[in-house]
Amino acid sequence: MRFLITAIALIFLTVFVVLPLVVVFAQAFAKGIGTYFAALGEPEALSAIRLTLLTAFISVSLNLVFGVIAAWAISKFEFRGKTLLITLIDLPFSVSPVISGLVFVLMFGAQGYWGPWLQSHNIHILFALPGIALATTFVTFPFVARSLIPLMQEQGTQEEEAAISLGASGLQTFFRVTLPNVKWGLLYGVLLCNARAMGEFGAVSVVSGHIRGETNTMPLLVEILYNEYQFVSSFAIASLLAMLALITLIAKTILERHLDEGQLSGGD
Amino acid sequence: MKGGAGRRSTLPGFGLTMGLTLTWLSLIILIPLAGLFFKTFELSLDQFWAILTSRRTLSALRVSFGLAFAAAMVNLVMGTIVVWALVRYQFPGRRIFDAIVDVPFALPTAVAGVALTALFAQTGWLGAPLAQLGVKVAFTPVGIFVAMIFIGIPFVVRTVQPVLIDLDAEVEEAAASLGANRWQTITRVILPSLIPALMTGFALAFARAVGEYGSVIFIAGNLPNVSEIAPLLIVIRLSEFRYADATAIAVVMLVASFLIIFVVNRIQRWAQTRIPAH
Repeated sequence: MRFLITAIALIFLTVFVVLPLVVVFAQAFAKGIGTYFAALGEPEALSAIRLTLLTAFISVSLNLVFGVIAAWAISKFEFRGKTLLITLIDLPFSVSPVISGLVFVLMFGAQGYWGPWLQSHNIHILFALPGIALATTFVTFPFVARSLIPLMQEQGTQEEEAAISLGASGLQTFFRVTLPNVKWGLLYGVLLCNARAMGEFGAVSVVSGHIRGETNTMPLLVEILYNEYQFVSSFAIASLLAMLALITLIAKTILERHLDEGQLSGGD
Repeated sequence: MKGGAGRRSTLPGFGLTMGLTLTWLSLIILIPLAGLFFKTFELSLDQFWAILTSRRTLSALRVSFGLAFAAAMVNLVMGTIVVWALVRYQFPGRRIFDAIVDVPFALPTAVAGVALTALFAQTGWLGAPLAQLGVKVAFTPVGIFVAMIFIGIPFVVRTVQPVLIDLDAEVEEAAASLGANRWQTITRVILPSLIPALMTGFALAFARAVGEYGSVIFIAGNLPNVSEIAPLLIVIRLSEFRYADATAIAVVMLVASFLIIFVVNRIQRWAQTRIPAH
């Protein structure tokens, strides 16, 4: 029985998880290392990498600041409607990526609420960096707040209250008392937020406009090259994203061990 | 600034942080989502109904919801088996397999999509032997099913895992010492404690698969009325500038996700009130 269950579990995970990962690298290196690196050196690939890094930087920074502020309000105070607020912050997790992009098309597109105004003022949001960053911020919205809230709730408010009563200002209390206590949790949230930001496909695909060399992120370029039967190039970009995923998972596992060792066993 | 509603706390910043939180939440999440609902009010009820009951929309919704349900069922069964092996048994590589359960979370969906397609295409490592057996996976609804299974793997495993770890081995031993056989222990003692987590995991996997786009579209074939998922139909309608159609389909999917969130919250509350009874 024991052998059978373990065997079924391992075969299932191998077929559905390990093989897809392996196949990415096998395809990327199918025509040798030279072709692989040539594909990554293409101007289009470089521009996609640059755009992806920039987008992730913007979205992660925004959500980092928001996540910390929201976690402070939610975890250090009691108020009515807290559960509802947390549910609302979680919303993007349950919204289809395509819909996450669609809502911004409806706001800023040519037929959208502010489309005509934006057009007459020559402001580009859709099919440009602002739209891509907005859609990415939407889908990665919950990560930082959600990894901080359980941790900060668990730690209570005593240490902070002591600091305040000793004359520390609010910001001093946050940076000297709260932040050191939750640094691993914060890093955890940023890590997951970043992985999703760099890998987001559906939402970005809807708002990007697919302008070659300009508004294609790495996941979008994977799609375009794949549809043009440039499999080695497509899988070369895909392999970079797969490595990002693997590094994220390794870092996540290490961080989880850190988080478990401390008094902080919250997680999500 | 000193927490008006934040009773009992002497910490500063409640007003400011709460204000910023609500503003930012409204700007990025609530107003854009509300805009989607307002857009549908521009449609008459007849128009809305006509869009939703058109053959192509109906079949796209059926494909997305039907296959997501089937995939979530597979994840429920396979997820339970995986969790059981990971928590209860020792085997070489257990920690690595535990970590790779999260790959579908971490791997960008487009990468998963091209990888699954390469794997299950007729010339692929798994597609070729399957083709010899007469099974076509890639570019058929079966391909959608496979991609949805992939994307749902972590949900059941990660919701059930902590519950199974916490489940006292003593309870099982007690059941056994009172004369329960292994099967009775599993069905009468273990399974009932896992049910809320299993239901939550199932609902989350289902919700994720319904809305999934990136990992599905490459392997799906995307034949209208056959292997076209609802999110793809939204994208197609947008590219045809048929915003009303796109919005109507999106609203239906959004309402479905809200219902799922509601159900999951109910299950969680039910699970919490159940615990003292044990």
